[in-house]
Amino acid sequence: MSEPHVTRDCDVLVVGAGGAGLRAAISAAEAGCSTIVVSKSLLGKAHTVMAEGGIAAGLGNVDNPDGWEVHFADTILGGQLINNWRMVDLYSREVIDRVYELERWGGIFDRTDDGRIMQRAFGAHSFRRLCHVGDRTGLELIRTCQDRMVHTAGTDVLAECTLTRLLTDGDGVAGAFGYNRQSGELIAIRAGAVVLASGGWGRMYRYTSNSWEGTGDGAAMACEAGAELQDMEFVQFHPTGMIWPPGARGILVTEGVRGEGGILRNSEGERFMERYDPVKKDLSSRDVVARSIYKEVEAGRGSPHGGAFLDIASQRSAAEIRKKLPSMYEQFEALAGVDITREPMEVGPTIHYTMGGIRVDAETAASTVPGLYAAGEAAAGLHGANRLGGNSLGDILVFGRRAGEAAAEFAKARGPHRTISDKQVEDEETLLLRPLSGDGSGAGENPYQLHRSLQEAMQDDAGIGRSEASLKRALAAIGELRERGRRMRVSGGRVLNPGWHTCRDVEFMLTVSEAIVRSALARTESRGSQWRFDFPEKDDRLSRINLVVRRRDGAMVVEERDLELMPDAVLQRLAKSRFFDAAALPSHYAGKVTSASVVAH
Amino acid sequence: MAGPVGGGRGGPAVTGGGEIPVSPTASPAAGGPSAPESGMTGATVTLRIFKGVPGGELGYATYEVPEVVGMVVLDAVHWVQRNLDTELACRWNCKAAKCGSCSAEVNGHPVLMCKTRIDTLRRGPITVQPLRSFPLIKDLVTDVSRNYEINKMIPPFTAAPDDGTPWRIAQMDVDRLYEHRRCIECFLCQDVCHVNRGHDLSARFFGPRFFVRVASLEMHPKDVLDRRDLVRDLGGLGYCNITKCCTDVCPEHIHITDNSIIPLKERVADRHWDPVRWLGRKLRGTSPPPEAP
Repeated sequence: MSEPHVTRDCDVLVVGAGGAGLRAAISAAEAGCSTIVVSKSLLGKAHTVMAEGGIAAGLGNVDNPDGWEVHFADTILGGQLINNWRMVDLYSREVIDRVYELERWGGIFDRTDDGRIMQRAFGAHSFRRLCHVGDRTGLELIRTCQDRMVHTAGTDVLAECTLTRLLTDGDGVAGAFGYNRQSGELIAIRAGAVVLASGGWGRMYRYTSNSWEGTGDGAAMACEAGAELQDMEFVQFHPTGMIWPPGARGILVTEGVRGEGGILRNSEGERFMERYDPVKKDLSSRDVVARSIYKEVEAGRGSPHGGAFLDIASQRSAAEIRKKLPSMYEQFEALAGVDITREPMEVGPTIHYTMGGIRVDAETAASTVPGLYAAGEAAAGLHGANRLGGNSLGDILVFGRRAGEAAAEFAKARGPHRTISDKQVEDEETLLLRPLSGDGSGAGENPYQLHRSLQEAMQDDAGIGRSEASLKRALAAIGELRERGRRMRVSGGRVLNPGWHTCRDVEFMLTVSEAIVRSALARTESRGSQWRFDFPEKDDRLSRINLVVRRRDGAMVVEERDLELMPDAVLQRLAKSRFFDAAALPSHYAGKVTSASVVAH
Repeated sequence: MAGPVGGGRGGPAVTGGGEIPVSPTASPAAGGPSAPESGMTGATVTLRIFKGVPGGELGYATYEVPEVVGMVVLDAVHWVQRNLDTELACRWNCKAAKCGSCSAEVNGHPVLMCKTRIDTLRRGPITVQPLRSFPLIKDLVTDVSRNYEINKMIPPFTAAPDDGTPWRIAQMDVDRLYEHRRCIECFLCQDVCHVNRGHDLSARFFGPRFFVRVASLEMHPKDVLDRRDLVRDLGGLGYCNITKCCTDVCPEHIHITDNSIIPLKERVADRHWDPVRWLGRKLRGTSPPPEAP
């Protein structure tokens, strides 16, 4: 017997209201589709607001030699050559248009002396490339898209609503099911197409810059519905998170600090990045900087709380710091009692971003399930094994738009009437309501404690450095927690009950954690963010492989997929990067970049 | 401590503020509450947190929380959720003062819980209440949807159709806009504004957050709309008598009164109350100029 629930209809359902979701909704509605945007938080609070540094785009406003081809090359090299090159190609060309579009929608950017959009330096970008406004570019992006979306006819927003299952019919996706967080009311949404713009997942780790929302529900739901997840082993540790005081541990310290000249030092005062990456130094890629800090701490040269010192005070005047890094100044003053115009910051690696996600087609953002699309951090392919700073805000605009357009086209071709399966709805209702089914005392497993146990297991055994032994421990812990998870019980009712909400979140996090660990086990090499102590080098064979996770007969399996290799003409672009090194190319590309392509910088 | 007074329009109308018992909820997992954290000070913090739903029992529950160095109020509330009361509802997201979700009244002051350090508060029990100017949903969470409705009434940024990008804009203009654009929509200004707090003018008053929004649009060098009549008539700009309460609570340090509201008032006055223009209209027998398209 089905619980009472409300049913809504739309052409395109967008799951998530960060930059990717908002941009997708604008496209879908402009194409004439009725569009519902579902947001777990209030509108405008999604993780996009946390992005600080800027949007990478090869405008060449500050450094004239820059352009989309150099941006293409930097992104592929930063991703250690396992990116989907077609996505990078579309991205590096179109992000320029998306920046100007944002400006036309009222977004503001800092300017050059002659009034053009200002660009700043960032890690592993050949040139100053990040369009920014102070250190609040993400807020500017989300507010601009939010305002554009609410004033676009055909859009509707369901705020504080969590979707927990994708509903499918014989043709593919038919909608989704979930609950209203405020009222606890259950809700089914029938849709002609669904865009997952549900962001990434960091909450299964103890120290993360992610908010409570980063539980991986989108990826987990997609996997349950039959979609393939790709590159799940690649989880980005941002090198600079706060590490003190304890409550602030994990909060992001923007790469913009180093972009504006900040340098990292160890306890001996040494600028250690000169040793690990003599060319890019403090602005090396995030995987390299995070590992370097880890190694310094292991060698006994860490800061008092186990990190490194980030010093901007000796590099810039107090007035410049307050102007270019206002929220960093405020954050350290309020939370740590540190004046960054006078003292160094104490920083260490924090889980920040997930390169992996739903496997999608480059042009349309279509997943392997008909009618299901994915964009932004929820999708895989653009960033390969490591994302460059500034490429996520660009990603959400470029592929949010593409996903919205493709979903609208699909929904229109499919027609309005979807039927949803009563059985799927009832199964999900049972799962959702089970933790409330106790005697009311809540006796059973506490979801918060299970969450904390998962965080300990993932942080310790599937963190910045991994080995077969540690990953197998993590896998065993996940299995045990999944078993205990069936006994999660909470007290209280359905009205805004965070304990109840956490129960389903824990299940999603377990699914995603399993995908991370199984993929990390299968990738027996070190590449980008994946650092295997037992396989410290790159494996030439695996440089042609993406790992894919999918459901088969109720179990999760990992499979290899051959990467589509870059044609020779495209490959030549790599030489445009300042960081191109022909000797580092894998065997299948070796010798194919002609010396005529190499640019002297 | 007095209980929350029910003065707020539709806010949690608790007059007694009685203590309500908290039943021990979901059993602490094996091994009891969370393992000790590093940086424990050894002290204990007492929190009195408002609890309840409209129509149900309303009051305060008291919790004892082990203090950690640099602890903020949101850390303490999270500790309570994890260890003592899994049902306790609060909003939060970034925990870094960038999203404006965790607004509450701490010891009577509207603040972000994520940037309010416990060691900056006076000694003794810490009282945590929801925003009083908004209808209660549960515990520390209120219904702020009215703000999103107001935003829909404000015509969005509009450039001249033939004004193609790339644009040239002076940094000076960006600097002026940036102050307004820093707003994180925490709605603390909407909460503290006495026009909202003491009167039921919801249909006739946008409130400080949306004066900031209108100012950011009106001052944008590429925007071509004129929202002065809107902000005067529908927005109720005249109700603001510049007490600067909004400016005081803004966690982004936006000078709401000086840099958003007063310039808007001046622009409205220019349009309607400039004595030279008034005389000119009087002599010509015309009404104020229509809004620009």
